[in-house]
Amino acid sequence: MTDTTQTGPVLAADGTPLKKSLARALRMQKLRALMLIAPLLLFVLITFLLPIADMLFRSVENNIVSDTLPNTVVALEDWDPNSGEAPGEEVFAALAVDLKAAAEAKTHTKVGTRLNYENPGISSLFRKAGRKVKKWDTEADGPFKEKFLEMDDAWGDIGVWQTIQTYSPKLTNGYFLNSVDLKKGNDGIEVRPENERIYIRLFIRTFIMSLIITGACIVLGYPVAWILANLPSRTANLLMILVLLPFWTSLLVRTSAWKVMLQQQGVINETLVWLGLVADDARLVMINNQFGTIVAMTHILLPFMILPMYSVMQTINPSYLRAAKSLGATNWTAFWRVYFPNSVPGIGAGSILVFILAIGYYITPELVGGTKGVFISNRIAFHISTSLNWGLAAALGTILLAVVLLLYWTYDKIVGIDNVKLG
Amino acid sequence: MTITNVQPQTPGFVAAVSAAAGAFFGLFVGTAQGSGLMGVIIGAVLLAAMGFVLTGMTDKEKPLRWIVFAAFLVAGYAMGGFSVALVGALFGWFAGWFIFWLATSRYRMHLAPYLTPGQVLWHYTFRVICGAIFVFLITPILVVMPLSFNAQDFFTFTPEMLRFDPAGYSLKHYEDFFNNPDWQQALWNSLKIAPMATLLSVSFGTLAAIGLSQPHVPFRRPIMAILISPMIVPLIISAAGMYFFYSRIGLQGTYFGVVLAHAALGIPFVIITVTATLVGFDQSLTRAAANMGAGPVTTFFRVQMPLILPGVISGALFAFITSFDEVVVVLFVGSAGQKTLPWQMFTGLREQISPTILAVATLLVAISIVLLTTVEMLRRRSERLRGMTPS
Repeated sequence: MTDTTQTGPVLAADGTPLKKSLARALRMQKLRALMLIAPLLLFVLITFLLPIADMLFRSVENNIVSDTLPNTVVALEDWDPNSGEAPGEEVFAALAVDLKAAAEAKTHTKVGTRLNYENPGISSLFRKAGRKVKKWDTEADGPFKEKFLEMDDAWGDIGVWQTIQTYSPKLTNGYFLNSVDLKKGNDGIEVRPENERIYIRLFIRTFIMSLIITGACIVLGYPVAWILANLPSRTANLLMILVLLPFWTSLLVRTSAWKVMLQQQGVINETLVWLGLVADDARLVMINNQFGTIVAMTHILLPFMILPMYSVMQTINPSYLRAAKSLGATNWTAFWRVYFPNSVPGIGAGSILVFILAIGYYITPELVGGTKGVFISNRIAFHISTSLNWGLAAALGTILLAVVLLLYWTYDKIVGIDNVKLG
Repeated sequence: MTITNVQPQTPGFVAAVSAAAGAFFGLFVGTAQGSGLMGVIIGAVLLAAMGFVLTGMTDKEKPLRWIVFAAFLVAGYAMGGFSVALVGALFGWFAGWFIFWLATSRYRMHLAPYLTPGQVLWHYTFRVICGAIFVFLITPILVVMPLSFNAQDFFTFTPEMLRFDPAGYSLKHYEDFFNNPDWQQALWNSLKIAPMATLLSVSFGTLAAIGLSQPHVPFRRPIMAILISPMIVPLIISAAGMYFFYSRIGLQGTYFGVVLAHAALGIPFVIITVTATLVGFDQSLTRAAANMGAGPVTTFFRVQMPLILPGVISGALFAFITSFDEVVVVLFVGSAGQKTLPWQMFTGLREQISPTILAVATLLVAISIVLLTTVEMLRRRSERLRGMTPS
C-alpha cells in the first residue's frame, strides 16, 4: 500500500466513490426501517385514521337533502325568503316529483328526520306528505301548491321552506353551529333560545370537572410519588403494588366498586351511620351527581398521575435537599425552592395525561354521574345510539378531538411521546 | 439500622401522646354509642393511664403487649360479639405497639439526630397522610371481594356477614356466573376477541418497533405520534369514527370488525413496551450475527427475538388487557353477537344490579393480579438480560 498517492475521491471496494456508496447504504437503511414500519402504518391508517377522518367528514356532510330532493333544491334556488311568500307552483311540482320518488325508495322519512333537527315538526310533515304523494300522478294532478296546502297548512310556512333551502348545499356548518348553541336564522347566524342552550354549558362542565379531577390527582399523587421515590427500594416496590394493582384492574371493576361504596345503602354510608356521624334518615347523596363522578374518576386516574411523577422524582438527587438545608434553608424553603421546581416536569406530564384521559371519559360518568355529572362524551354517545343525529355527534366529537390533539401536541413538546412509560 | 442514640421517654410524654390517640379513636367509638364527648374522655383517660403505667415496664414488653391485646379483644366481645371483638383486637394490638414504640423511643431511632421535634412529628404525619391515600387507592378493590360472597342479593354488607356467620356467605353469585348462559357467552366472546386482537397488534407492533429503533428513521417523530394516538384519542371518538366507517364498509357488528378495532387500540402499548426494551439493545449483536453468516431472518429469530421477548410479552399482556377490558368501542362496533364480558357488566350495572357483577369483578381482579405479577417478573428478567441490575 505504498502507492496511495492518487488524487480524486476516495473509492469504495466496488469502485464507486465512498461518499456515494455511504449515501446509498444510508438510503437503504432508511428504506428498510420504513419497510418495517409500513405494515403497521397501513393497518393504523385503515382501522383507526380513516374512521376518524370519516367522523370529521360527517360533521360537515349534508348530502341527504340534495340527494333526496334534487329537483326541489334546484327549483328553490331562485326563491327569496325575504319576499314573505311561500314559493310558487314550480317548486311544489318539483317537490311532488322528488317526494314520490323518495316515498317509493322509502327515503323521505330520513330527509324529514334530518330537517327535523333544525326545525322541529318537519319530520311528521314529510311522513304525511310521503304517504299522500305516492298516490298522485306527478304529470297530470296539478296544480300541486293547492294540494300540498290542503294536506297541511305548514307547507305554506316560510320557515319550512327556509330550512329546506338553508340545508340544501352538500356541505353545512349547521352541526358545528348547533354544537356551540348557535343556529342559522333568517339573517345569518343567531344564538339559540335560552332553553335550548346545552352544549356550551356541557363543554364548560366537562372542562371544569376534568380540571378538578386533575387537581385532585396532583394533590393526592404528589405525596405518594414522593414517598415511593424516597423509601428504600424494597419497601417502595411493595407499596408500588398498591398503585399498580388499581392500574391493572378492569375499569368496570373499579367503577362498580365505587357504585358499591357510594350508594345510599352503600359501604361508606353504612359505616358513617354505624359510627353515628350521619343519621339513618339523612344518608349522604354521593352517587349520580358530580361528586360521585369526581371521586370515582380521581381514583381511576390517580395511577396515571403517580407513575410519571414517580419516574421524575426518582431522578432528583436527595443530596440537593440536604445541601439546601445545610446552607440554612428551612424545610419549607428547601422543598419549595429546590425540590419542587425539579419535580415540575413530572407534574406537567401527569397532569396533561390525566386531563386528556378525563376530558374524554365515558363509562364512569355514565354509570355514576346521573344527569348532573355527565360529560360531553355521554352526549356524543346519546346522539349516536339514541337520537341518531350522527352529524351532531360527529361535530361534538370533532371539537373534543381538536382540544385533545392540542393537549397531545403540548404533551409531545413538553415530555416527548418517546418518554411515555408504562408500569 | 440505628442512626440516633435514644433514651427511653418519660411516662408523662408517653401518657400525653397516647391520650391524643385514645381521644381520636374514642371519638368514633363514642359517636357509635351515642355520645362523642364521653368517648373522647374515656379513650384519652384509658390510654393515658396505660401509657403512664406501661412506660415503666419496658423490659417486659412482649407479655404486656399480649395482655393488652387480649384485654381489648375480650372487652370488644363483651360489648358486641364477634365483629366488635375483631375491631377491639386490632385496636389492642395497635395500643400495645404504639405505647411501647413511644416509650422505648423506637420512633426516633431511624431518623437523623439533628431533626427538631416538629420535624419528627411532620415525618410521621406525612406517612399517615400517604397511608390514607394508599387506603383510598386499594379499598374499593378490597371491598368488592368479600361482598361477592354475599348470600343475599344486596350490594352491601349484611348483619350476618358482619357477625361472620357462615350463613351470611355463599358462592351463589359465582354459581350464577358459571351457569348463566348470558355471562358464559360474554366470557366466551371476550376470550375469542382478545387473543386475536393481541396477535394482530403484537405482530405488526413488534415489526414496527424494530423499524423505529433503527438509527436512521425518517419522520420518526410524526410516525411515533400517529402510532401512539389510539391511546390518546378519547375512546368515545374512536368508537364513533369506527362505528361510522365500519358500517360503511360492512364491518360494523362483525367479529372481524371488533378484532380490528381492538387491535388498533392495543398497538400503542406494544410500541411503547417493545421500543423501551430495544433502547438497551446492542446493535452490534446483529452485526456480529450477520458477520458469522446468519441471514436477517435467522438473526431476528435467533439473536434479537430472545433478547426482546420479555418486552414483547409484556406488550402483548397490555394489548390483551386493553381488549379484555374495553367496553366503549365494542359497544358501538359490535352487535349483540359480540357481547363481551365488560359489555355485559356495563349493562348489568346500568339496568339490573345483580351481585353476580361483583363475583365477576373479583375474578377479574384475580386475573389482573396474575398479569401484574407476570409483567413485573418479565421486566426484571428483561433488565437482567440487558445487563442492568433490576430494582
